[in-house]
Amino acid sequence: MIEFEGVRKTYPDGTTAVDGIDLTIPAREITVLVGSSGCGKTTLLRMVNRMIDPTAGTVSIDGEDVGSLDPVRLRRRIGYVMQNGGLLPHRSVLDNITTVLRLNRVPRAQARARGLELMDTVSLDRGLASRYPAQLSGGQQQRVGVARGLASDPNILLMDEPFGAVDPIVRAELQRELLRVHRELAKTIVFVTHDIDEAFLLGDRVVILRTGGVIAQQGTPAEILAHPADDFVAGFIGADSGQRRLRVVERDGARIVVDRHDRPVGLLDADTPAHSDRR
Amino acid sequence: MSVFLEGIAWLFSPDRLSGPNPLPERLAEHLGYTLLALVIAAVIAVPLGYLIGHTGRGRDLAVGLSGAARALPSLGLLFVLTLLVGIGDAPVAATIVFVVLGIPPILAGAYAGFESVDRRVVDAARSVGMTPLQVALRVEAPLGLPLLIAGVRSAALQIVSTAVLAAYVNLGGLGIYLQRGIQLRSYDEMIGGAIVVVLLAFAIDGFFALLQRLCTPAGVRVAGGAAQTTRGRRHRRPATPRGAAQ
Repeated sequence: MIEFEGVRKTYPDGTTAVDGIDLTIPAREITVLVGSSGCGKTTLLRMVNRMIDPTAGTVSIDGEDVGSLDPVRLRRRIGYVMQNGGLLPHRSVLDNITTVLRLNRVPRAQARARGLELMDTVSLDRGLASRYPAQLSGGQQQRVGVARGLASDPNILLMDEPFGAVDPIVRAELQRELLRVHRELAKTIVFVTHDIDEAFLLGDRVVILRTGGVIAQQGTPAEILAHPADDFVAGFIGADSGQRRLRVVERDGARIVVDRHDRPVGLLDADTPAHSDRR
Repeated sequence: MSVFLEGIAWLFSPDRLSGPNPLPERLAEHLGYTLLALVIAAVIAVPLGYLIGHTGRGRDLAVGLSGAARALPSLGLLFVLTLLVGIGDAPVAATIVFVVLGIPPILAGAYAGFESVDRRVVDAARSVGMTPLQVALRVEAPLGLPLLIAGVRSAALQIVSTAVLAAYVNLGGLGIYLQRGIQLRSYDEMIGGAIVVVLLAFAIDGFFALLQRLCTPAGVRVAGGAAQTTRGRRHRRPATPRGAAQ
């Protein structure tokens, strides 16, 4: 469990990135921080592994104030995945994946074996192990980034817009894979994105932030869709533009789901009863 | 016969291996001064340049001091220092002059190498839990190595061509032929000596060009175009990490 209490971040030039946030991120779930640029979502994420220290307030992991921990040791036990993979260009795929293990002094042979296993976990061909990042596609680099994040078997995985730089097809594939990996490993994942659809797809809980670093609303995707807290949230999730207002029309004997502008968005299964669970 | 051909004839004369100034001996002296000065300059400038490149601090001071050092007239400095330390310690004076000459390009190569590393890569290295020293030695140093070697290359060329001044304080080296040539009006000796200095400079330049290629990390070399964009990029540190935990 990660807790933010009265967390604020002000830079010397006077800009406020995060303004007094109280937030509890439950363990073993995916919590998505979402908002447009300048809302402080990345700042909030980077406070967890002390890449940024708050100006005021505390961030704690399982009741332990991270401010009292050594940043380097803290970072070695938290997985971190960033946009573009953030891979070291002069190191091979396997060396990149095993970086944290080697920093934690895991013997080389053992680290390599674990690295190869992780390549399987993220569906990377083991044959790519000795390649360099520049020789991989964007999607493959991102998988390497996820494998590196998982390498030391951390309880917490921080993901900063990890799928922002890949094309929509690869992104959808990576999103599915992330959900699969999460089902298998049940890590506490904090995921930052500016894409509300991605947030609703991945998040057990979604935290919507607004410019200036305050929380606009938090809850499950269903709660937020059912009751947007205000006009900002409604606008952000697209409820007011009509794309979230769906209804069913009969056409050619099939039940088609359309949005407010009568654009078809899907097909209603014939005999599916209403399901209370969102998955 | 043209002076140039006379110089070549002088160069290949069997007398070059005997007499008071055998060519191999003077060549070795010249190389020795160059190498010694280069090593001392590197020992001073590389850590300093790395520190500047890693912290992003003191860059303006370094640029200013480097500019001043470059502007110093080497011959004048050599005479002044020789008078200061005494003619008996002329080698010390000469070495200092060559070191002063070698520091600016190596310093610039060292910090430019660090600065050329993509800030996102450095950020990634920190966020997986590398200490600042590990970031410097395992990420910034290898990725910045080609630019550092370029700096050392430039320093070596400057030193090897300036080392002819050693002869002016009786320290030999290849400059002895130039100095004697001027005094004795033996132009063949002067040209011959100059040819050796030029060839030596070419050889050193070629050596470092090769080294520069070999020192480019494989992962960067395969990137091809990607390496080009990373190179020469002068990222100033973004404002955000300033308040960040180091």
